[in-house]
Amino acid sequence: MSTYYASLLAESGILLLGALSVYIILATGQLSLGNGAFMGIGAYLSSYLTVALNVPLTLALVISAIAAGIIGAIVAFPALRLKGIYLAMATVGFGEMVRSFFLNFDAMGGSGGYRGMQHISVGYVWLWAGGILIAVMLLERSRVWLEMQAVHDDETAAGLIGLNTTVTKIGAFGVGAAVAAISGGLFAHHNVYIEPANFGFDRSIEFVLAVILGGSTVGPGSLVGSLLLVFLPEFLRPIADWRLAAFGTLLIVVLLVRRQGILDRSLIRTLTFRRAAA
Amino acid sequence: MSNALLQLTGVTKTFGGIHALSGMVCEVPEGKIVGVIGPNGAGKTTLFNTITGAYRADAGEVKLKGVDVTQWPSYRIVREGIARTFQNIRLFGSMTVWEHLLVAQPHSESAWRRLLPIAWANPAAQERAEEVMAFFGLTELRDRPAKSLPYGIQRKVEMARAVTARPKLLLLDEPVAGMNHDEAEEIRALMIRLRDTGLTILLIEHDMNFVMRLCDYLYVLDFGVLIAEGRPEEVRANPVVLDAYLGKDS
Repeated sequence: MSTYYASLLAESGILLLGALSVYIILATGQLSLGNGAFMGIGAYLSSYLTVALNVPLTLALVISAIAAGIIGAIVAFPALRLKGIYLAMATVGFGEMVRSFFLNFDAMGGSGGYRGMQHISVGYVWLWAGGILIAVMLLERSRVWLEMQAVHDDETAAGLIGLNTTVTKIGAFGVGAAVAAISGGLFAHHNVYIEPANFGFDRSIEFVLAVILGGSTVGPGSLVGSLLLVFLPEFLRPIADWRLAAFGTLLIVVLLVRRQGILDRSLIRTLTFRRAAA
Repeated sequence: MSNALLQLTGVTKTFGGIHALSGMVCEVPEGKIVGVIGPNGAGKTTLFNTITGAYRADAGEVKLKGVDVTQWPSYRIVREGIARTFQNIRLFGSMTVWEHLLVAQPHSESAWRRLLPIAWANPAAQERAEEVMAFFGLTELRDRPAKSLPYGIQRKVEMARAVTARPKLLLLDEPVAGMNHDEAEEIRALMIRLRDTGLTILLIEHDMNFVMRLCDYLYVLDFGVLIAEGRPEEVRANPVVLDAYLGKDS
């Protein structure tokens, strides 16, 4: 495999984790446009741990995930009162807050960025990405996931059938933030250089795009979306300057034709049935 | 009635200056079917919403088996033993019948097991769901999205969902609204079977005929005030009730 494709593959694994972080939160009916910030927290914290304190990378990732998870849960508290577009706006605000914090955080380079991380292989990236994807797919068959769906579908009714909707929503935010932090840690150690601009609004939107394009109702949708988002613009290189426009057109078409994204429950059923029959 | 399962004393709920419910006093004895009737806007649904914690009572007490649940959040009230259905059916749009019966079950298992696939971790929950599905005659519809089913069946799914929570008291908000005679009779039979399993039922209903033949005891509300109570035949003969329903001059 050429280093070019290896790096694209690593990029898509990192994006997959970002997309899953949005997907988990979205499963409870909350749209976060600030997950780039959780990614940034994971990137900066894990880099600091490995570079300045010589903590082994895997441990550093776990610590960053836990820290980001706690921050995510704290952020979710005020967000509980907000719904829909208002919640989305609040998460944008949070994202900008975190980005400007790192911009002014001179101890880790400020706007000049931070370096010195050890480079990691594409295999290590996908060990995490694949592992977390499988964990999410198992979670999708659990009781907790049904509770998340209930909160997503009708929060009031969920409370009135005995579900603690507050815990569900805060938990989803915490876990989503933790997954985004892993994504950030992997990004930092794959690119070996980070700067605040890596974790801005664009990044948060990229995560959401991967989920919406690939399929927002099933976990593997994020996989499809991430691969498409990374590889498609590369394959469209022959049309040079027009590739992003072509990509945008494709996105609009998918949204018009399939609002739930490319992959959904029934498509998965069809695909797996065919494979079994063949 | 000392064996009251549910006991309300002086429950009051106001919206702005409007008394949706004033000084409501009632008791639901264990193992009975009790009805709440009254004209539109009498405060029946407000009563249910206040009992289940969807609204906070402004005054008064709601007690379940002697435990004061008045200011509890609704999920705790459900876990204490009060489950309900809704006047305008509220099923979960993305779920099948089967999933509805799993999600509403009591939280008896540990947190870790709730994170694992139900198929591996929770055979008891699956058995319970099968059992309730069979009781309500929904087994054939197991994997259908609940919201795609006919109206009458959706009502049954909603009742089944409430029953899987293993409540002591089941609140039914107009369980036969919009149903034809046969469907309503089926629901009536189901309620009697549920009562025979030991469940206590409190229901709101418009159809006087229906409640008269089903309920052991009735409360009549009008403009948020309890205007009459008694056994169905007593209520039927009560002139105050006739006035409320038909108007004074008729």
